[in-house]
Amino acid sequence: MSDEQMRFSASRRDVLRMIGLSAGGAAMYQAMTALGFAAESRYKGPVDLGGVPKGASVLILGAGMAGMTAAYELRNAGYKVQVLEYNNRPGGRNWSLRGGDTFTEMGGATQHCEFAKGLYINPGPWRLPHHHQNMLHYCQMLGIQLEPFVQVNYNACLHSEHAFGGKPQRYRAYNADYRGMVSELLAKSIEQHGLDAPLTTEDRDKLLTSLQGWGFLDNKYRYARGESSSATRGYDRDPGGGLSGKPVPSQPLSPQDVLRSQLWQTLFISDLYEFQTTLFQPVGGMGRIGEAFGKKLDGLIQYNAKVTRIAQDEHGVTAHYEDARHPGTARQARADWCICTIPLSILSQIPMNVGNAMTAAIAAVPYAASTKIGLQFKRRFWEQDEHIYGGITYTDLPIFNISYPSSGFFDRGPGVLLGAYNWGPAAFQFAALSPAQRVKEAVRLGNQIHPQYEKEFQNGVAVAWHRSPFTMGCFGEWTEDSRDKHYDNLCQIDGRIALAGEHASYLPAWQEGAVTSALDAIGRVHARAVAGGKA
Amino acid sequence: MKTETSRYASMWVQVFAATALLMFGAVQAQTAEPSILSGDQLAHASGEQIFRHICQGCHMPDARGSTGAGNYPALANDPNLASAQFMAAVVLNGRRDMPSFVVRHDLHGFEAMVRVGLDDVQIADVVNYVRSHFGNHYTDKLSAADVAAMHASKKESP
Repeated sequence: MSDEQMRFSASRRDVLRMIGLSAGGAAMYQAMTALGFAAESRYKGPVDLGGVPKGASVLILGAGMAGMTAAYELRNAGYKVQVLEYNNRPGGRNWSLRGGDTFTEMGGATQHCEFAKGLYINPGPWRLPHHHQNMLHYCQMLGIQLEPFVQVNYNACLHSEHAFGGKPQRYRAYNADYRGMVSELLAKSIEQHGLDAPLTTEDRDKLLTSLQGWGFLDNKYRYARGESSSATRGYDRDPGGGLSGKPVPSQPLSPQDVLRSQLWQTLFISDLYEFQTTLFQPVGGMGRIGEAFGKKLDGLIQYNAKVTRIAQDEHGVTAHYEDARHPGTARQARADWCICTIPLSILSQIPMNVGNAMTAAIAAVPYAASTKIGLQFKRRFWEQDEHIYGGITYTDLPIFNISYPSSGFFDRGPGVLLGAYNWGPAAFQFAALSPAQRVKEAVRLGNQIHPQYEKEFQNGVAVAWHRSPFTMGCFGEWTEDSRDKHYDNLCQIDGRIALAGEHASYLPAWQEGAVTSALDAIGRVHARAVAGGKA
Repeated sequence: MKTETSRYASMWVQVFAATALLMFGAVQAQTAEPSILSGDQLAHASGEQIFRHICQGCHMPDARGSTGAGNYPALANDPNLASAQFMAAVVLNGRRDMPSFVVRHDLHGFEAMVRVGLDDVQIADVVNYVRSHFGNHYTDKLSAADVAAMHASKKESP
C-alpha cells in the first residue's frame, strides 16, 4: 500500500467509526456495503422461528428444494408438517440419472439409463456457485460431500462451424489472442497520444505497464509470436528438460481472425457472477442433495400425490389429491397453512381459491425450454487424447455446450459427458424429437467437435424439460414487464397460502432461488401464525 | 449481472440464427427434413414444419396432448379449434405455461434468446394446418391479415 492509499483507508475507517457510533450496527453495515467493504450475503444463518402456536400445522406441496427447505425448517420449529409430492422420489429438479434409472416423459416414451456404475448426468441444476450460501449451508447440514465443479478450462474449446474451417480453438489461445489484440491496440494508441482520456502522464505510464502485463505484450508493446505471448497462449512445443527441452513459441491468431471468427461471443460467459470460480458439485450427482433431504424428512412426504384442487377457508387449507399411479383415488390433506411450490406451469391448471392478483400472476409466467443430454463413451477420450479435464466447450451448433465430467479423472473405463445443454429455439426443437432422435442428433453434432464420438459412443439419455411430467418446462420465464406487473403479487401471502420455488425468486432456475424463496415465505407465514393465525 | 447476462445472451441469439443456416443448408440437400431447423429455416418454416419442430414438443406428434402433473391440451378434435381466432390468439399471446410466439423486436438478451418468433403468415399457416389435420376438418382459413388485425388488441394483454 502506498502512503496515499493508507491515509485514504484510515480516513474511511474513521468515517465508518463515526457512522457506527452514532447510528448503530445496521447503519455501519449499510455504509460498509456502499463503500465496498462487505458484500451482502443472502445467507442469514440458521432459521429461527420461535413461538410456534400449539398444534399449528403447515401443508407443503412439492418436495423439491423449496418444499423440503420449508418442511425441514417448519418441522424443526415445531409445526406439524405434511408434504405432498407428485414424483415417487424427493428432489424435483434436483435429480441425477444413473445407470439402472428409468424416466418416462410426457407422451409415454420411457428411457432406460444404461450408464456404467458411478456415472450420471444431472438433467436439472448441476453446479453450486460459492456465493449460493444457503445451498452450501444445507449441503453441510445434510452431510453432502462437495467437490470442485470445473467451470473454466483453458484447454476446453470455443467452436463455430464457420470459423477456422470448423476447427475448435482452445480457450487458452483464443482468450490470450483477444486480450493481446485489445492491449496492443490500446497501447499503440496511448503511445501515439491518440487516447482521448483524462489521464495524467503518470497514469498513462501505469496503464501502458498494466496493458503489457494483461495482454502479455513484448517490450515494444507488441502482441506477437514469441516468449511473452506463448507464456499465456501456449507453445507449439512445450518447454522441457535436457537437450530437447527448448520451447517453440506458437503463432497468435491475427486480429482479423479473432474478430471475424466471432468466438468472442462465448468468451466471457465464465465472468458472470454465477460462474466465477469456485463452484461445487455433490460427489455422485446433484441428486444426492434431494435424496438426503428426503431421508431427513422420512415419514413426512407422501409420494405419488397428484394435487387436483387447493381450497382455503378462514381456518385452513385443504389439498385434494389422487394417487398419480391410480387416477381417480380421491384423497385430502389439510393444515392451517399451505406453502405451495408446484411449478406455475402446473399450478396454473389447478383450481385454487386465491385472489385475482395471485391468479393472474400464476398465469403470467410461461416456462422456458431446455434440453440436457448425457452421452456415455467407451473411454474418456477428451482426457486421454486431448487433455481436457472437466470444463465446458461452447459451440454455435444447436447442442450449445459440451461439458466434461469434473470427477473420475484418469479413469480407464467408460465416461459420461454432457453432450448438449441448450435452450430457446434449439431446445423447443429437441423436445419435438423422440429421446432416441435427440441422442442421435447430439452425437452427430458433437462429432464435428470431437471426431472420436462416432467410434466411442455407447449410449445416452436425453431430458427435454417440456416433456417432464413434474414441471412441464424448465423454469419460470419472467420478463421485465411480467416481473413489474406480477412478481410481488405472486409472492404475497394470499389468505393462508404462500408460494415458493425458483419461480418466486430473482434467481430463475437456480436452486438458491428456490431455497431463499422458501425461507422468505415461511418467515412471513410464521409471523402471521404467531400473530394469532389471522389470514 | 443483468446487463452482462443480456449481452452474452444476445450474442448467442445472433450466432445461432446466423450459423445454423449454412450448417443445415448442406444437410437439407441430402435429407428431406433436418432434425433441427436453423434460425433462418425456422423463420421461413411452413405450418406443417412449425407443428413438427415446435408444437409437437408438448402437444405430441399425434396432437393428442399428454398428461403429467398437469395437461398439454389435445389439438385433435378440440372444440376450441372451432375458432381460428382463438387459436391464433393463444399462439400470439401465449397462455399460462405456453409462451407467446409473436415476433418481438423489443426484447434483448435472455428474454430474446429463449423465444421462438413466428410472423403472421406462419401463425396463420400453423393454425390452418392444425385445423385441417389430426381429425380436424375445418374448411375456413385464417389469413395473415386476420392475424395482423389481432396484434392491436394484443398489446394490452399481460
